[in-house]
Amino acid sequence: MSIASLSLEQAPPISVPFRFFLSAPLFLLLAALALLAAGPDALQSRWTPALLGITHLLTLGCMGMVMSGAMMQLLPVLAGTPVPNPRGVAWAIHLPLLAGSALLGGGLYSGATLPIILAVPLLAFAFAVFLGLSVYSLAVRAQAHNATTRAMLMALVALLFTIVLGLLLAAAITGLLDLPMPQLAALHVGWGLLGWTALLVIGVAYQVVPMFQLTPPYPKAVARWLGGTLFALLLLWSFHPLLPEPASGILALVAACGLAACVAAFSVITLRLQHKRRRKVPDITMEFWRTGLACLLAASVLWLAGQLSGALADSTFYPLALGILFLVGFALSVIQGMLYKIVSFLVWFHLQGKLPVGKTPNMKDIISDRAARRHWRAHLISLPFCLAAALWPWPWVYAAGGALLLGAALLLANLARASNLYRHALANGHGAGHPEK
Amino acid sequence: MQTISQYLSADHHHCDNLFADAEAAASANDIAAAQAKFASFRREMLQHLAKEEKIMFPAFEQATGSSRGPTSVMRMEHEQMRELFAEMQAALDAKDTGTYAGLSETLLILMQQHNMKEEQMLYPMADRALREPDSLIGQMSEVK
Repeated sequence: MSIASLSLEQAPPISVPFRFFLSAPLFLLLAALALLAAGPDALQSRWTPALLGITHLLTLGCMGMVMSGAMMQLLPVLAGTPVPNPRGVAWAIHLPLLAGSALLGGGLYSGATLPIILAVPLLAFAFAVFLGLSVYSLAVRAQAHNATTRAMLMALVALLFTIVLGLLLAAAITGLLDLPMPQLAALHVGWGLLGWTALLVIGVAYQVVPMFQLTPPYPKAVARWLGGTLFALLLLWSFHPLLPEPASGILALVAACGLAACVAAFSVITLRLQHKRRRKVPDITMEFWRTGLACLLAASVLWLAGQLSGALADSTFYPLALGILFLVGFALSVIQGMLYKIVSFLVWFHLQGKLPVGKTPNMKDIISDRAARRHWRAHLISLPFCLAAALWPWPWVYAAGGALLLGAALLLANLARASNLYRHALANGHGAGHPEK
Repeated sequence: MQTISQYLSADHHHCDNLFADAEAAASANDIAAAQAKFASFRREMLQHLAKEEKIMFPAFEQATGSSRGPTSVMRMEHEQMRELFAEMQAALDAKDTGTYAGLSETLLILMQQHNMKEEQMLYPMADRALREPDSLIGQMSEVK
């Protein structure tokens, strides 16, 4: 690619990422309401229809939305490659992802097959566009090749596996194909969480943690090897059933312990870097990160314990707690924390230059620390409630659902206020005041 | 031998530290310290921006035959940073540490996403495109 065609401009129109970011809390809200509606029955096992539906509202609707929007925003910065025709691409991903997530979540929740059948082509289309765009940008056009782009590419391969496995599961659940569901589901979850989600966060962390939190850089060996090791271990872990016993069992144990060690190492190293950060002022994104990393560490310890104790691994609590720690504790924390930085920066970025000098609201005018911190507290409280609900569904499921609902509502309010401030400021041609100072 | 990448990236880290010191002083409501630390941060930043705009960017533009490519976006972001410096100075003069904190946060994100693009893409391209790094680094070191 020639230098003349390289654009370091960061800007797809603000509507491109924002449609994704504003959709995410709606799905979180929906997931919380679904948990409240289903009540204690939802948590009788990891396989209840209600919990499957809720999980997919969370992963596809909430996390998937933010990841898609952030990717469209980050690709130009990380790789020097703007997204071609961003508005068209945004439509092509957002609308099918929105409808597909709602249909799949609803179908799984209610046990109805029709919505699942309808969701499949929509989600397949959305992810095909997303994967095509991201892989093309990172592998073909990218100017920078580094630990981040490598980890992201591996994450995208993991996403592809997750989607294909998900499609097979959909075919099995609707009776189209006769497949071994528990095994496929284990692979689907493994690649979705440890592959796509963890690798994506790890890749992003290599850049975001040192640069935005002013920490020392990740040790070179970590940046070089961690992502690849995680990916290779996931492959080993996936193919262990093909071997005869006892090799199969040993390989599974080794791979699982290795995966837990990789993930734990990432949490500990990142927490230590953050401890040594140069920027000591209170930072809400940092609190979300630390919450997330602590939960990731807890999840890896619990997983390790599950490898060693059959009684724990067979309990109802174990898979529920793993899911809660990883999804709500780790992924959701980190994602929401970064969302605050991205959204308030983008509003500032798209307003500056359009308003009189000195009138552009700064990031803390756009989303105040107080409002973000209130949301973080609600999110934090939801974690012990969710874990308690995994042990004693009644009555804790209501506390968990209530706290999740509150967190989702506060996130939605904070993002909606930022988006309104943008529109009003543009319409009035001057800064829209300094709310909540 | 130092590369252009190494030389200019070291500037970024140096300025990051000064930035954090100024922000910490303002956050502790120590206006006098914040004024002093912000002044040295701003001085070093302006010097760094000048090194790029007066020496590195022109050399790069000449070597690649384009002044509308990546350097034009970088110049624009430099301008945005200068505007924030001015607003931050005004906030400190008014002893308004709350506004300073918000501007400081904004500058951090603007500055770091800018540095990321420079360190990952522009500087390595400059390392490849520019033949005599020693002489350019010498010229940059003399920029006031």
